[in-house]
Amino acid sequence: MAHLIEIRDMYKIYAIGDEPVHALDGVSLSVDDGEFVAIMGSSGSGKSTMLNILGCLDVPTKGSYLLDGLEVAKRSPAELARIRCMKLGFVFQNFNLLPRTSALENVELPDLYMGRLNRRERKARAMELLARVGLKGREMHTPAQLSGGQQQRVAIARALMNNPPVVFADEPTGNLDTKSSIEIMNLFTELSNEGITIVMVTHEDDIAAYAKRHVVMRDGKVMRDDLNDGTGRKSQDEVARLVKEALA
Amino acid sequence: MSFLTIFKVSLRSLGRNPVRSFLSCLGIGIGIVAVILAMAIGEGAKTMMVKEISSMGNNLMMVFPERRNRGPVSGGMGQGQTMTAEDAEAIKRELGHLVQGVSPQVRTTVQMMYGAKNWAGNVQGVSPDVLIISNWTVTDGRFFTDDETKLAARVCVIGTTVQSNLFGDDESPIGKIIRLKNMTFRVIGVLGSKGANNWGQDQDDVIMAPYTSVHRYLQRSKFNTVNMMNLSLVSMDDLDEAKREVAALLRQRHHLADWQDNDFETRDTTEIMNTIGSVTGIVGMLLLIFSVITLVVGGIGIMNIMLVSVTERIREIGLRMAIGATPRNILVQFILEAMVLSTVGGAAGVAIGIGASYIVGAAAGWPVLVEVTSAVYAFVISSIVGLFFGFYPAWRASKLNPIDCLRYE
Repeated sequence: MAHLIEIRDMYKIYAIGDEPVHALDGVSLSVDDGEFVAIMGSSGSGKSTMLNILGCLDVPTKGSYLLDGLEVAKRSPAELARIRCMKLGFVFQNFNLLPRTSALENVELPDLYMGRLNRRERKARAMELLARVGLKGREMHTPAQLSGGQQQRVAIARALMNNPPVVFADEPTGNLDTKSSIEIMNLFTELSNEGITIVMVTHEDDIAAYAKRHVVMRDGKVMRDDLNDGTGRKSQDEVARLVKEALA
Repeated sequence: MSFLTIFKVSLRSLGRNPVRSFLSCLGIGIGIVAVILAMAIGEGAKTMMVKEISSMGNNLMMVFPERRNRGPVSGGMGQGQTMTAEDAEAIKRELGHLVQGVSPQVRTTVQMMYGAKNWAGNVQGVSPDVLIISNWTVTDGRFFTDDETKLAARVCVIGTTVQSNLFGDDESPIGKIIRLKNMTFRVIGVLGSKGANNWGQDQDDVIMAPYTSVHRYLQRSKFNTVNMMNLSLVSMDDLDEAKREVAALLRQRHHLADWQDNDFETRDTTEIMNTIGSVTGIVGMLLLIFSVITLVVGGIGIMNIMLVSVTERIREIGLRMAIGATPRNILVQFILEAMVLSTVGGAAGVAIGIGASYIVGAAAGWPVLVEVTSAVYAFVISSIVGLFFGFYPAWRASKLNPIDCLRYE
């Protein structure tokens, strides 16, 4: 079966001063449909660069990236925008909701750019998603009238609006207190159990503990890639990599 | 994303910051008010002047005897003695196809008396054709006839200024005998008031009598010369032909050889109209330049606000891009925001400008004329200003990198 996400031998090189910086240094990674992956690592490990490229917000210097069977490594900004619109959902650390705009309108926003639904259908789907994330009755609240945890729920509903194959989350609990963090992570777990693919970047171990697979990065390389099922079993990719290394 | 949806997004974004949106509209609004006001007052002034000029006469063409110099002293316009009343009759007889009325005119200033009252003023010796030529009306009594002109009857019609000074408000002047230079004249009519002309001269301070009578009794002249002739053409389109024909006729009558210059000059109102047109044109051009400057200032105001708005909403731009807005979507959104600001400002400016035009007109007593086209122009211009000054900020927004935008603190 083809992987949902498949990157091969990917480099991202920034020229800072005279010294080229390898933010990604020959990374290969694949994610299958329905996985809940946490990309971990300290700051400067390349995990944010990784997420930007996986999220089609940035293009790699070299390497290939197949997303849902589509080669997306070398695309124009407008093409990347269409791909993000149709294939990806985003949840950010600082929520990034439109201020002075109701929760409902915030959730509806992705479909405005997609243009898949008519007005009535769009509203119905947004209402349904807000109810799904536990915000029934708060549809007309603006972000200022919602707590941090509630704002992040709105953002999650928004990420699901266009029914994307993958949802990317960038430190989704970074701005939340412990209680809200637990609620949000429980919500991600529920979504994952429903079959939604989630790729999350975090540097907190207790947040990463909710994910079913850990990818640990350091210096632009994947250091460890194992399943989080309590057994410490290596993921298929990791096994393949280790076998390849052993044979080499 | 459809255009209509982006338009709605733009409207919503503007609605989120109503005070700022209002203030950004203001500059353009004021500019458009200035444009409308300038055009309304300019058009009004022009209309008034054209009306006044045409009140001088109907398809008017004037013929003056040439200037005569006595030695080094210029005699001034109309002082030559070359043109006679017979010339006027000849024009009427020979050029009836071009000319609908001809009146010779002789002028003299006299002391006029009625009872104990007296008044000094102009007497114009004319023919009844003057009614056709100069838009005069008779409000009381009647004008004198061609027969009375031929017979040099001692009758006259008086203007309202003369009437009030000689007769007061209570007494009817009709049929009364007044004395002009010690000759008795019967008042047979009162002229309708024309008010002051463009140059402030009271046109109602006048007495009209048959030119024959003025010649015989007031000037006591042995010659039949006139100061000028007023002609009313059938149509202004024939002006050039009429000038040629009149000149040919007069040259023939005055026995001028080919090498001799005309001993008369012609004038017409188109020359005066052209002068006034060029004056109002210059004033209008100045007003237009000021309006354009105001509009540019308003447009720069909008550009400034839009640049601030792009920086302030950089996270919003990043988010919109992240969830699928293409650079073109962002470009169109911000251009539309600028255009909505400028057209709303423009529309308000049109409304306020029209209102202000009438208020200024009423307060200052100026005529104003608001034309539908100027309102439409103003509206179109304001949206073009929005497009022009909104493009750069919108272009900058569309070129932003979503990652940088999302990270922006």
